[in-house]
Amino acid sequence: MKILVCISHVPDTTSKINFTNNNTEFDSNGITFVINPYDEFGLTRAMQIKEATGATVTVINVGSAITEPTLRKALAIGADDAVRINAEPTDAAFVARLLADYAKEQNFDLIITGRESIDYNGGAVPGMLATYLDIPFINACIGLELNGTKSTVIREIDGGKETLEGNLPMLLAGQKGLVEEKDLRIPAMRGIMMARKKPLTVIEAGEVVKQTSVLGFELPEAKAACTMIDADNVEQLVELLHSEAKVI
Amino acid sequence: MAVLVYAESWNGSFKKATFEAVSYAAQLANKIGTEVIALTIANNNNSTQLGKYGVSKVFTIANDSLTIFNNQAYANAIIAAAENIGADTIVISNTNNGKAVAPIIAAKRGAALISNVLDLPSSLSPFTVKRKTFSSKAFAQYSTEATQKVISITPNAIGAIESNESATTESFDYTATESDNRLSSVSVDKAKGKITLTEAEIVVSGGRGLKGPENWNMIEELAELLGAATACSKPVADIGWRPHGEHVGQTGIAINPELYIAIGISGAIQHLAGVNASKNIVVINTDAEAPFFKAADYGIIGDAFEVVPKLIEALKKYKMNN
Repeated sequence: MKILVCISHVPDTTSKINFTNNNTEFDSNGITFVINPYDEFGLTRAMQIKEATGATVTVINVGSAITEPTLRKALAIGADDAVRINAEPTDAAFVARLLADYAKEQNFDLIITGRESIDYNGGAVPGMLATYLDIPFINACIGLELNGTKSTVIREIDGGKETLEGNLPMLLAGQKGLVEEKDLRIPAMRGIMMARKKPLTVIEAGEVVKQTSVLGFELPEAKAACTMIDADNVEQLVELLHSEAKVI
Repeated sequence: MAVLVYAESWNGSFKKATFEAVSYAAQLANKIGTEVIALTIANNNNSTQLGKYGVSKVFTIANDSLTIFNNQAYANAIIAAAENIGADTIVISNTNNGKAVAPIIAAKRGAALISNVLDLPSSLSPFTVKRKTFSSKAFAQYSTEATQKVISITPNAIGAIESNESATTESFDYTATESDNRLSSVSVDKAKGKITLTEAEIVVSGGRGLKGPENWNMIEELAELLGAATACSKPVADIGWRPHGEHVGQTGIAINPELYIAIGISGAIQHLAGVNASKNIVVINTDAEAPFFKAADYGIIGDAFEVVPKLIEALKKYKMNN
């Protein structure tokens, strides 16, 4: 069985977000980049399937050479090989099309992505990729069990969950629940050493047209000072929520 | 030219986010100078009520093959309806189901998808609209030159505008194909009577300061009193005190209710990312230095075990008098 795990290279969750070049570009100064947290759950689940079934796991990313340490980290966690499609990931349709052009030649049985990246949060690449490949798409996936080519998956719905069944190939956009936080794999020294020797193939991007552009960014307005209320006078809070905030 | 809005339902009923999406679509169509039509699938409510939110015509699909949500089939049904009326803009609510259909529709139609949208477009040529980005730590102006568009609206961000109009309905036919049915639904498990977090007007949330899952009774009592949904911080979900579906924050659910009450949550940057779009934030924490107070509108420094029961009493009193 062949599994493809798509990896986004994103600012660490503790990052303070700033913009540069007249607020048209993300300021990566001083930012640590990591594997997108949603992708980590899928990568770990892929490792578990690899151990149970002998599947091979390929990780892929669309990005410039600066994303390679993130791919190496995925190799250190246990992926067999990595592919980097050399292009700036400017828009979801653009990224999905490049991924599809690669994946359609490879006949993957299972493709796992994160449900969204924590930078642009479009949540669009997984569903577009599945559609370009004409395979079923399960969003917000929180559970996966395989039995041969039969797959049982659980997806999060608004305020609940749904169990679905189908045959591979399929594409899952995962999140926490696919594995638990405590089970997430992190690179060990041996894995880091081995990752240096694993293949990381760079593919030049084909000609793909993007659909959207970012004109500019802005940060949320700073909040006015917090109104402090005495712990012995919670009635004042109720009064303010009624008369000032008008929410009750 | 026309605008099609998918009017989502759950268990046969419209959701609050649906009215917001319909209202958005009607305002958008008005701005463009075109007509707007809504599409409902497996909805048991009276669809004419969508007229209140600005649509004059509603297509309804009532087909046994579509009773249970199926992202592939629903996406194809929405595309069929859009083609029928010649719509080039499709509006969807960015709910879990919306997120599961929007990229399929966009990919099939070669349309530009803009998700997490917060406002009506600031320009129609090129189409330019504000969306959330960097996990709510920032906003971005996105633009597209594409004629075909799928616009996915953040729930709770844009209020629905109501009038006294009513819409006419027309049945529309779409039957799921074999390729639509490559996945089959085995079971649906929905927490009963709970308010969906992303749609809730008020959210009461607890963190590690509550010391253990047995202490959530007061959080639930407070939430019930306010008609609020309950939520929690990431550590609380990770230790298993509360279900993952309640985790709000950067890697959990992003919310933007009218009122967010954070109890025993210090306010780490990852938590704030998911909740700072809330219009009003109340923080109750023993630690006066908790970073959350800087992001709050109202703060109480105090022990949750003393403050929350007092707050419950004060709210009960307020409710009796109002």
